[in-house]
Amino acid sequence: MSNTSAAMNTSTNGNQPKLSGPLAKASAATYEYLDDRTGLSAGLRRNLRKVFPDHWSFMLGEIALWSFVVVLLTGVFLTFFYVPSATEVVYNGSYVPLKGVMISEAYASTLNISFDVRGGLLIRQIHHWAALLFVVAIVVHLLRVFFTGAFRRPRELNWVIGVGILTLALLAGFTGYSLPDDLLSGTGLRIAGGILQSIPVVGTWGVFLLFDGEFPGTAWIPRFFVAHVLLVPGLLLALITAHLLLVFYQKHTQYPGPKRTNENVVGYPLMPVYMAKAGGFFFIVFGITTLMSALVTINPIWLYGPYMPDQVTSGAQPDWYIGWLEGALRMMPPIEWTIFGYTISWNILVPSVIMPGIVMTLLALYPFIEAWVTGDKREHNILQRPRNAPTRTGLGVMALTFYVILWANGGNDIIALAFNWSINSVTTLMRVLLFVLPPIAFVITKRICLGLQRRDRDKLLHGIETGRILRLPSGEFVEVHAPVDPDEVAVLLSKEEVLPLPMPPKRDANGVRTPGYAIKALRARMSNWWYRDDVPVVTLNELESGHHHAQEQVEIAGTYGVEPTVSEEVTAGHR
Amino acid sequence: MIKRPFAAAMARRRHPLAPLLVIVVALLGIAAVYAVVNAATAKAATSASETMVTKGSKLFAEGCASCHGLNAEGSSDGPSLVGAGAASVHFQVATGRMPLAAPGAQAMRKPPIYTEEEIQALAAYVATFGPGPAIPSAAQIDGWKTADIARGGELFRVNCAQCHHAAGSGGALTNGKYAPSLMKASPLEIYEAMLTGPQSMPVFGDASLPMEEKQQIIAYIEEMKRNNNPGGLSLGRLGPVTEGLFIWTIGLGAVIAAAVWIGAKVR
Amino acid sequence: MSKTKFDPYGEDNPANPKKPASSSGSTSSGAAQTHGGSYEEEIIAVEAPQEIDAKAAKRAERQVATMFMVSVVCTLGFVVAYFALPATATIELPLIGITNASNLSLGLALGLSTLLIGLGAIQWARKLMPHVEVIQQRHLLKPPDSLRKAALAQFSQGAADSGLGQRRLLRRTLLASLLVFPLPLIVLARGCGPAPKGELNETMWTGGLRFLADITYQPLKPSDVPIGGVVSAVPEGLLEVQKAQHNLNERAKSAVILIRMRPDQIRSQQGEGWDYQGILAFSKICTHVGCPIALYEQRTHHLLCPCHQSTFDLADDGKVIYGPAARRLPQLPITVDAEGYLVAREGFQEPVGPSFWERS
Repeated sequence: MSNTSAAMNTSTNGNQPKLSGPLAKASAATYEYLDDRTGLSAGLRRNLRKVFPDHWSFMLGEIALWSFVVVLLTGVFLTFFYVPSATEVVYNGSYVPLKGVMISEAYASTLNISFDVRGGLLIRQIHHWAALLFVVAIVVHLLRVFFTGAFRRPRELNWVIGVGILTLALLAGFTGYSLPDDLLSGTGLRIAGGILQSIPVVGTWGVFLLFDGEFPGTAWIPRFFVAHVLLVPGLLLALITAHLLLVFYQKHTQYPGPKRTNENVVGYPLMPVYMAKAGGFFFIVFGITTLMSALVTINPIWLYGPYMPDQVTSGAQPDWYIGWLEGALRMMPPIEWTIFGYTISWNILVPSVIMPGIVMTLLALYPFIEAWVTGDKREHNILQRPRNAPTRTGLGVMALTFYVILWANGGNDIIALAFNWSINSVTTLMRVLLFVLPPIAFVITKRICLGLQRRDRDKLLHGIETGRILRLPSGEFVEVHAPVDPDEVAVLLSKEEVLPLPMPPKRDANGVRTPGYAIKALRARMSNWWYRDDVPVVTLNELESGHHHAQEQVEIAGTYGVEPTVSEEVTAGHR
Repeated sequence: MIKRPFAAAMARRRHPLAPLLVIVVALLGIAAVYAVVNAATAKAATSASETMVTKGSKLFAEGCASCHGLNAEGSSDGPSLVGAGAASVHFQVATGRMPLAAPGAQAMRKPPIYTEEEIQALAAYVATFGPGPAIPSAAQIDGWKTADIARGGELFRVNCAQCHHAAGSGGALTNGKYAPSLMKASPLEIYEAMLTGPQSMPVFGDASLPMEEKQQIIAYIEEMKRNNNPGGLSLGRLGPVTEGLFIWTIGLGAVIAAAVWIGAKVR
Repeated sequence: MSKTKFDPYGEDNPANPKKPASSSGSTSSGAAQTHGGSYEEEIIAVEAPQEIDAKAAKRAERQVATMFMVSVVCTLGFVVAYFALPATATIELPLIGITNASNLSLGLALGLSTLLIGLGAIQWARKLMPHVEVIQQRHLLKPPDSLRKAALAQFSQGAADSGLGQRRLLRRTLLASLLVFPLPLIVLARGCGPAPKGELNETMWTGGLRFLADITYQPLKPSDVPIGGVVSAVPEGLLEVQKAQHNLNERAKSAVILIRMRPDQIRSQQGEGWDYQGILAFSKICTHVGCPIALYEQRTHHLLCPCHQSTFDLADDGKVIYGPAARRLPQLPITVDAEGYLVAREGFQEPVGPSFWERS
């Protein structure tokens, strides 16, 4: 174990080149000036060599961060040209198929950005593509965090913040989608208005306050604009900052592996490797979204025409992240009640208010629910392999299946058109699948996880099957097993032993009823359900005898001149 | 450039109305020639139409009567064609929708199996069963070339976009029916479709949608057909669904590939 | 909680092959967790830094420098393209069709210039920076008990000094004032819009109003609606109302469609004789969430909403036959006036558009 100063030197290759020259002198002077006044050194000293573990999946959140930065940068440009006004004007720009048509200033300015401002179309397309990528990356990052159990103590709060970011991202997306005031976005706004209007007691008031009267009015454009460029991004920035600070303070989780423990973090230092990698990745995300915007159209608002509340286009769709709500709304059967002269529209409330409310609440509370069921309140800095948490992985795939079916139904008309199916059959099929597929997905996923656990156990105990059969002098056939790579052993051994909560006694020794027995019993039962079927971990004794067995095998193989190692492909196939 | 010598020549003449006179005489001359030629062709057409009807009746008996009945009275397999009109027949057969390949929710566009001449003959024959919309003339169709595109766009969004999509890329209807993409339809076919309301499509008669407006709509569709995609690949002009697919596959794929490269062990 | 905790990272677990001596296993208490970390986060190099082969380094350096230089060229290309190409310049390409040349060139230039900076930086980090995996001990997230106690003690002292504990009256009145404090914010929100006064129940349709074809605003006669036809229409005077109100609110609810079928095809309608010679007028606004609907299938007389696929049978009362809409489409009774134009006989008999709480 070397001391800190030694560690500082290890990565400078010994011969540290001295920076000199006027530039270096000026930088040094500036640094001293700032350090004298802000005490910069303390923070730098502490954080410049901060270690981050390296894995591609740890960069999913970074994709979200960088695409958000791209959205902010391009958004500023767009505000210089966008006019948040519903005032009707005669379009007189370069796009011939709309020349002379009466349109709102909002739509006219968006056309102006697209056709008459140099680089305007590019920036608009980057803004939209990066916004789509932002939400995609958030969702994929969320899935990574979920399936590896990275939300467990001490990171529950950061999970909740993340769900807040996701919710705000949807809001930012929807308000932005509405601003061009084209036929497609206006239809989306109409639907949002209809949903708001359906809320019992306050719905009508809500519409009148949001739209300054009936739908659509003219107030919504400046209001959505302020929400889109100030309110929502402000909140997003605050939450993203908190999210990153917590990651920084708590240090990143890491995948199991050699030398990696719950108390350390193995990786590369922030300066220089991570600075270069993170900074470089920003430019890569920026570059990829820009190239996409050069080559692929997004939201061709000029094709849709201006919004008129009595016009509509087929294929009316929201951007992808609202698709699941659209799909739910399309799927719901027509149930509406009239009670004492008041209307309750379950056909709107259930898919658009109640279901998403429950989904987002469950999502936000998930870490606490799981911790309550399993009783696991330890700190976890080593990520769990999805197979080693079969119930969670099953639940995750189940929820994902539910989501994807809703999402697919949001495009039921496009599916019907593309595959020449009946839209009614597609919808009816989705209604059935929504309830049938998720439980099946749960069972299958759990079984697969358990199967993988069993294979891991076998691999630990017996090594890798090489597929080479030996015939012993006794006539017995044996398959040659090769020892597992030590790095992989560390991964395989990361599986934790599970201990379901014990059933509480109904009465204690004195015959007094256990307080809160019902809840405790429920919890124990759920914990049992959570952990049952789990494949036992390999104990030290088992491992030793297993090694012994493998060793024997190697010796036998050696005796008969068979190389006991496996080819690269076999190893890769087992990973 | 030719204006100048022409103006100079005019200046040499005495009477200022002389050029006008020349033009009027020239126009009258052209009109006279046109009238004679037209009369001749009309005569030829009348006699030709009789042979066409006979030819059409043969074709009808072979290819259509099994479903639509020998006298176009219709059967359980096909509707009556009495009063369907020549335009309807021309649309259905020229776009290959008729004869039907197989029963289904909707007849699909496919390569026509009859020649244009045979289709004209069929249309002429069916037109004899009862009055219906005639095949629009070239003059009726060609007006779109000078029609107001923007006006056409407004009419398109009120009358057509709800089924055919604002970009004309088509849309789904109930129970497997669909409004087809307009990107393959010719101006004549679009005109005929509006006039006759094939299959599920409503009729947009000349009373509610006069010829000029139909031409404007066609002009707008022709503009859409130019495949003008300022922003790049159109992704089928199907809206946010294909955009979502793109960002989830190509977009996410590209950034994740970069992330994997960044995270890959060196050497 | 009488659960025995298994510590997977303790000495007895083989998952921890090279456990740093400084770390100790967690205790049995679920809440308490101990780490070997301290305030100073120790960093330990795992392996000796590998010497980077000078030749390979030179090659990588050239590679990275080339990327940066090409990026410079692309950035300059962006500037040139910006000034050289007008915003409307077009270019025809295979696959894409006619596209905007300015967008294409600016995007390719900017995209490549940023992408190459990124690729260069990453390549630099990968090939030229020392890749020594290092171990850093995690520090304790939970501060030491003494620190926590001290902080809480300070807080208690402050609270005691403020007298918050003793002065019950002050405490309660402060709480009361803070509780009502947000009220102005809520009251201010009231100004965002007028109170609903039953506008959702009404449209401008009344008896005698003519139907104007949408967009052209020509009054419609029965002959303008052929059998199998559909015409989108608005009430006479809509444009004036729009002008006076400076919004599209009236259009959003009074748009209608006129369709025509043979009178014998009408199975039922919402009022006796509300059609005129087979011409029926229905609200164009979906009763689900308010999308305009005009996907009229003239053979089946079905009307489909493109937003959520609610399907209405216009030959049968306008009733819902599929989809999420729960209510039929309101019908408008029509007739013709003295000059032979189609007119409404009276206004809608029920609210049009999506449901709302006060609607019965």
